[in-house]
Amino acid sequence: MTDKLHRILPTVQKPARYIGGEYRQVIKEKKDVNIRVAFCFPDTYEIGMSNLGLRILYGVLNRIPDVWCERVFMPWGDMADAMQENDIPLYALESKDPVKDFDLVSFSIGYEMSYLNILNMMLLSGIAPLAKDRGGLDEIVFAGGVCAYNPEPLADFFDFFVLGEGEDVIIELMDIYRTAKQEQWQKDRFLKEVSKIEGVYVPSFYEHIYGEDGALCEIRALCGAPKTVKKRIVQSFDDSFFPVDGIVPSTEIVHDRANLEVFRGCIRGCRFCQAGYCYRPVRPRNADTLLRQAQQVLADSGNQEITLASLSTSDYKQLEQLALPLIDFCEPRMVNVSLPSLRADNFSRELMMKVQKVRKSGLTFAPEAGTQRLRDAINKNVTEAEILETCATAFSGGWNNVKLYFMLGLPTETDEDVLGIAELTYKIIQVWKDNATNKKRGLTINLATAFFVPKPFTPFQWEAQITPEEYTRRVRLLKEQLHSRCVDYRYHGAELSFLEAVLARGDRRLAPVLLEAVKNGARLDSWNEYFRPEIWQKAFETCGVDPAWYAQRAYGKDEVLPWDTLSIGVNKAFFWRERERAYRGETTPSCREQCSGCGADKLLEGGVCDA
Amino acid sequence: MHRLLFEKVGNGIYLSHLDLMRVFQRAFLRAGVSLKHSSGFSPRAYVSVALPLSVGVESVCELLDYELANDAPVPGDLAQRLNATMPEGIRVLEVYESDRKIRDLGLLRAQLTLEYDGGVPENAISSIEALLNGESVIVPKHTKRGEVETDILPMISEWSVSQTDVNTISVNVLVAAQEPSLNPLLLITAIERYQPECAPDFAICRRVEVYDRGGAVFR
Ligand code: SF4
Repeated sequence: MTDKLHRILPTVQKPARYIGGEYRQVIKEKKDVNIRVAFCFPDTYEIGMSNLGLRILYGVLNRIPDVWCERVFMPWGDMADAMQENDIPLYALESKDPVKDFDLVSFSIGYEMSYLNILNMMLLSGIAPLAKDRGGLDEIVFAGGVCAYNPEPLADFFDFFVLGEGEDVIIELMDIYRTAKQEQWQKDRFLKEVSKIEGVYVPSFYEHIYGEDGALCEIRALCGAPKTVKKRIVQSFDDSFFPVDGIVPSTEIVHDRANLEVFRGCIRGCRFCQAGYCYRPVRPRNADTLLRQAQQVLADSGNQEITLASLSTSDYKQLEQLALPLIDFCEPRMVNVSLPSLRADNFSRELMMKVQKVRKSGLTFAPEAGTQRLRDAINKNVTEAEILETCATAFSGGWNNVKLYFMLGLPTETDEDVLGIAELTYKIIQVWKDNATNKKRGLTINLATAFFVPKPFTPFQWEAQITPEEYTRRVRLLKEQLHSRCVDYRYHGAELSFLEAVLARGDRRLAPVLLEAVKNGARLDSWNEYFRPEIWQKAFETCGVDPAWYAQRAYGKDEVLPWDTLSIGVNKAFFWRERERAYRGETTPSCREQCSGCGADKLLEGGVCDA
Repeated sequence: MHRLLFEKVGNGIYLSHLDLMRVFQRAFLRAGVSLKHSSGFSPRAYVSVALPLSVGVESVCELLDYELANDAPVPGDLAQRLNATMPEGIRVLEVYESDRKIRDLGLLRAQLTLEYDGGVPENAISSIEALLNGESVIVPKHTKRGEVETDILPMISEWSVSQTDVNTISVNVLVAAQEPSLNPLLLITAIERYQPECAPDFAICRRVEVYDRGGAVFR
């Protein structure tokens, strides 16, 4: 007789994402395994399998002989409902065993709007969401990922967080857990031991005290916990683990291609960009290493596309040594090379034309702001002249598709800056008219604006977000200027970015709100089909929490910030200096031009950045 | 024409037709064999699966046609090489040359397994037999013109019904495969409509063999 799971699978959308069994999934003999890890990604299979971090840690963990790491994703709504109706607990894809039966459950958290998926996944697994309700060593739930840098809204739900790059920490964690399991430690002792690992933050060891004005006034370290916890980085990135024989999904995922990780970190200092600071300092991988990895990963996966992943690929010093041989290798094999995040300023015509031969994809620019004044304020080092020159080259080479990304609501933004976006767009159209070789095919400009969200560990961490009403007004102001038929304008929803701002700089008092929203059915918030802001609104009201206090308030210079216990290696004083420069409209040179003394070099064993 | 016979069973049944094409395209590359690509803006490797299965249906008789780049010869161990990297549930059974056109594939045999959680109802077998022996069995059927009430009996050329154990009935049918084609699972729809007391709690469909219109096994 067919079991319940296999009876519901034919009734849900895209069941292939719930069955595992892909080429290169890791299956181990249970008798050979001491530690079973359920690696949870709080979004759908298609998003999670596109995540390089997940693939790296899956490989690192499964290379340890007595550890078996399996994958768990957030089921789509129809599947989640069917599982609940049929009492099927959330299971890991490899063994189909319930998540609850694993030794360790870990989450990788990359964006705020997945917080409710975490809680939903815990509930679907039958795991108590509050850490204090989980007493056993076999009930440990921990997390890593970019959102761990301000994990406070999630502090009540996790036993500990891993800050920074997980490759080394995760091995140290396994060593401690192995001993703990053998010697049957209490959970307390285990937490105390892991808190000694550099980069591990145990939130229950810290007490947050709020003043009468509602602001946080003190963070008290208990149980001898360190006053600050510093993130971990991989010291030798060139020979750190890279999955050349990773899982090949059988069904389509969002980024269905092979990845090369060219470098970590970024030499730029865009003042709104959390990733840019959090991955500091920059560490490149050697072009020869990358070429070898490219050949291996293509042969092993059978992928037809490979992409160079980094925050700013043009800043890779060996780009030519990498890209030209890579294209020569890929072209006869019908493999498409994609080069995202190229900058306008040093985008070489040669490279552009070469890539075009394999397959034509659009040009992408992220000027982020419409005027030079505001671009200087946010330290986005790209000029209008550079963008227009690159466009001219591209249009005369037959390209006819441009993607433009901007933000609205940036600190110091005025209506003039908003209108500047439209002006730049029209200049690009004019450049196309002057340079296009094939006008019949027409020009398409995909213009998108996001709603600025102040993020921890950036110079804008103290800034207020503008109100959703004001954001909507600026969207309309821009929209009125864009009447050309070749411009397709899309903008982010105000409500989602408002919530993102609340959560990004939130504190522990948001935990009840999250629980309440989940109780009322909120889930899959980053998907339009499911996002229901009214549930959130009600949850804030029920819990007596004012979301605007978090999002629309400028935090004081001397205010204790919820994430002050944590350190990404970049000094708070540096961020404040950068904030002041922003208000003066002064740019800061890239790490390659001149070190600004942010402090991240101290994370390196040699103490010198290879910018 | 290069053709191969493969099975789609176990968890492989949840792969969609598009997924399956991608799986084969990549498996060929992993096997070190280059497929012929279409020319044009975004070139695609050429593979073609005959009579795509619905998601959830098993089969041990799927056919895939392919062409190799530069008219290269088919390696002798292609089946082993492909199977070495296949996802769970997809396995190549035979690699061969064929000059038979897919349009000559006229019939297919399917096995339906009807599961009854509370045990097979009394008289279920005779009721199903009576249904198939009747004058007509009309169910809604997907056609090019949308959903149309259709008599499916003329599309069933052979059938047998038997009880496998206390909980399951097995129905073996030979049905029209192309123009018109019959999804054997419509038989379950028919039982639900005509004999609701015999409707199973769950049904599995497995394609077991394909034939030409003359009834000879099609390869
Ligand atoms: S220490 Fe200097 S070079 Fe290194 S990341 Fe900071 S600013 Fe850049």
